[in-house]
Amino acid sequence: MLEKALRGNGGYGIWVAFLLALVAAGFVAYLYQLEVGLGVTGMGRDVSWGLYIAQFTFLVGVAASAVMLVMPYYLHDHKAFGKITVLGEFLAVAAVIMCITFIFVDLGRPDRVMNVLLHPSPSSILFWDMVVLNGYLLINLVTGWTVLESDRKGVPPPAWVKPLITLSIPWAISIHTVTAFIYAGLPGRDFWLTAIMAPRFLASAFASGPALLILICLILRRFGGFDAGTRAIQTLAKIVAYALATSVFFVLVEIFTGFYSQIPGHMHPLTYLFVGLEGQTLVARSMTLAAVLALVSLVLLIVPRARQSEPLLALACAGTFVALWIEKGLGLVVTGFVPTPLERVPVYVPTAPEIAITVGVWALGLLLITGLYKIFVAVRQEG
Amino acid sequence: MGPTRRDFLKMAGLSTLCLALPPRLAHGAAKVEPSAAAAPLPAAGPGAPGSLPGRRWAMVAEVGKCRADCRDCIDACHGAHNVPDFGNPKDDVHWIGQAPMTQVFPAGAHPRLPENLRNLPLPVLCNHCENPPCVRVCPTKATFRRADGIVAMDYHRCIGCRFCMAACPYGARSMNWRDPRPFIARLDPAFPTRTQGVVEKCNFCEERLAKGVLPACVTACKEKALTFGDLVEPRSAVRELLGKHFSLRRRPELGTEPQVYYIL
Amino acid sequence: MKLYNRGIILAGIALFLIVLTFPFWYGRGKAVPPPDLKLDTAAIAALNEKLCVAPAAFMRTDHMHLLTEWRDGVVREGRRTYSAADGRVFEISLTGTCLKCHDNKEQFCDRCHDYTGAKPNCWSCHIIPKEVR
Repeated sequence: MLEKALRGNGGYGIWVAFLLALVAAGFVAYLYQLEVGLGVTGMGRDVSWGLYIAQFTFLVGVAASAVMLVMPYYLHDHKAFGKITVLGEFLAVAAVIMCITFIFVDLGRPDRVMNVLLHPSPSSILFWDMVVLNGYLLINLVTGWTVLESDRKGVPPPAWVKPLITLSIPWAISIHTVTAFIYAGLPGRDFWLTAIMAPRFLASAFASGPALLILICLILRRFGGFDAGTRAIQTLAKIVAYALATSVFFVLVEIFTGFYSQIPGHMHPLTYLFVGLEGQTLVARSMTLAAVLALVSLVLLIVPRARQSEPLLALACAGTFVALWIEKGLGLVVTGFVPTPLERVPVYVPTAPEIAITVGVWALGLLLITGLYKIFVAVRQEG
Repeated sequence: MGPTRRDFLKMAGLSTLCLALPPRLAHGAAKVEPSAAAAPLPAAGPGAPGSLPGRRWAMVAEVGKCRADCRDCIDACHGAHNVPDFGNPKDDVHWIGQAPMTQVFPAGAHPRLPENLRNLPLPVLCNHCENPPCVRVCPTKATFRRADGIVAMDYHRCIGCRFCMAACPYGARSMNWRDPRPFIARLDPAFPTRTQGVVEKCNFCEERLAKGVLPACVTACKEKALTFGDLVEPRSAVRELLGKHFSLRRRPELGTEPQVYYIL
Repeated sequence: MKLYNRGIILAGIALFLIVLTFPFWYGRGKAVPPPDLKLDTAAIAALNEKLCVAPAAFMRTDHMHLLTEWRDGVVREGRRTYSAADGRVFEISLTGTCLKCHDNKEQFCDRCHDYTGAKPNCWSCHIIPKEVR
């Protein structure tokens, strides 16, 4: 079925060429980073994780969101999703590959990455993250491909697919919980040391992932010749609405705990996040944008007339995706380091090579999504 | 009908895999056998003849003795260990640093403290915790806790993921964001450097302890503000100091059990 | 299974085999001289018995394994001394012990490493004494 990704019209070719160019630019920037060191990024002694880990954190959520298509269909027989569970699984594949790539480009000594396998450390959450991410990648690759191929041949999928797909449901929860545990178990970082980290991750995952899926479905309906069905898209939109509302609620309860308790260690990071500290306002300004986008999108998703209008729905989904990308990305990761253990407010500004590499990896992911979805659409159009 | 193209490709892949396997297995079985004595000396390692005996190393800093403009401990440590100076705060690497009391003990520093105490410069370094979060999070065990209490770094194994830097509540660790060699003023050949891409930190001068010498910062301090010793030994200098004076540790509520004690 | 495009495929296979066997047929008849290792350092000359930490034959084949054992022994277990088979005791140190005698890295270590294409990355951290002087 792979050959189906190689055939397309002019628009498809231009899009793929554009993505390839971005990947190439990112690759060249990465070679530069390998040569000179991670010092070419904005990361430093105080903010030792930045854009790369922020993307990884956000994308794990997008990957986990496949469960929002799989669970209603396979566990609750929601027939409207029947046609598109493969789309969710393919999105998960691309997102997990992006996650792994972002971790890789963030390593100081990528030539030693096999040490994680050669010297397993079960006490380290990063070890478990490697296990669950790779497992999830394998599960979704195998199930998505097999279900699509069976569909193409006009036969029901083999019996072993169903238990594997059922396994992917708790596994999706696990990848996000484990990623949240990377942050939520560190004693020195007050902003991250909260039990609600894992629930927050899950809520924003189930908002951002389906939001992206809806956007892609709308694009596929317009340009790709595939219609996922209004019922499926509307159900997804309602899922995004609930998940986004929950995400916003979770952020609000964090703000309450921090400011009602008046504990400086809890207040200072939140102040940095939403208002800024010592003149550092980049994160705060981004979060203001994120808050506005989230609230507007939430309204558009809740009001039925707005949700059922395709342009407004697209706007709401894009707004949700960007808002959560800001909040789960820079907002979460950088703020964890503020203030530093010595009570200082550090500066973090991503540099050009860092942004180029980030864009390159995103382009790689989009390329994978494009290719896999092209195969999907081609198979649907055949049958 | 012969094999399909797909079957042929599957067989070819499997055969290639099998061809690659035997050399891997054979290599793993090979052992170094330089005739007889590969076994370690009976008294090798921590506790070997000539080394300082210690079962629980700790440091006490009597910070009242520190002078505001003094950098003797920092210069001695960084000189002895080829610690680079990148010249900018973002890329900064240091094993031992200095910070005012209000930043080192923010919970205890209230606005009515006398000015000289608020601004008191304190040495800050890796606390070699008994319950170190950095060791817990390392995915390759590149950082590990020795039996004598020192939290050590294996620079050969570190992959530079910087999880340990996020986990350390004290900001004691530094990443080599660039190649350090050009930024070392004077290479001391008695100690290696590190490479770009790995995280480094104070090692309680374990290489000096093995030769029966106290850490560089301790011997360099002209005011004798730093004391180093074995907490298990009841008559050690550190036990004496801790038994006589009130001492503080950084963020004790986190349960890390730091082993650097401050006497203000 | 029918072989389509037979001409192109067979030509491709032939080209591949030619490129694969290039090292063999390109260098036939020529011989590169074996590496000339110089042991004439002042430190070695001062030794009564010209012996390394282990027999030369063993070192030739296994010095890299010994160094790996040494590395893990020192860093991870604090084992800083090595007792050779004949009872001599050495301090385990690449710069301090190995390079004390073999301080002519370019005429000794590098000769074989260049010949075999081995690129040990020890020197990115471990200091070569001549660098410092």
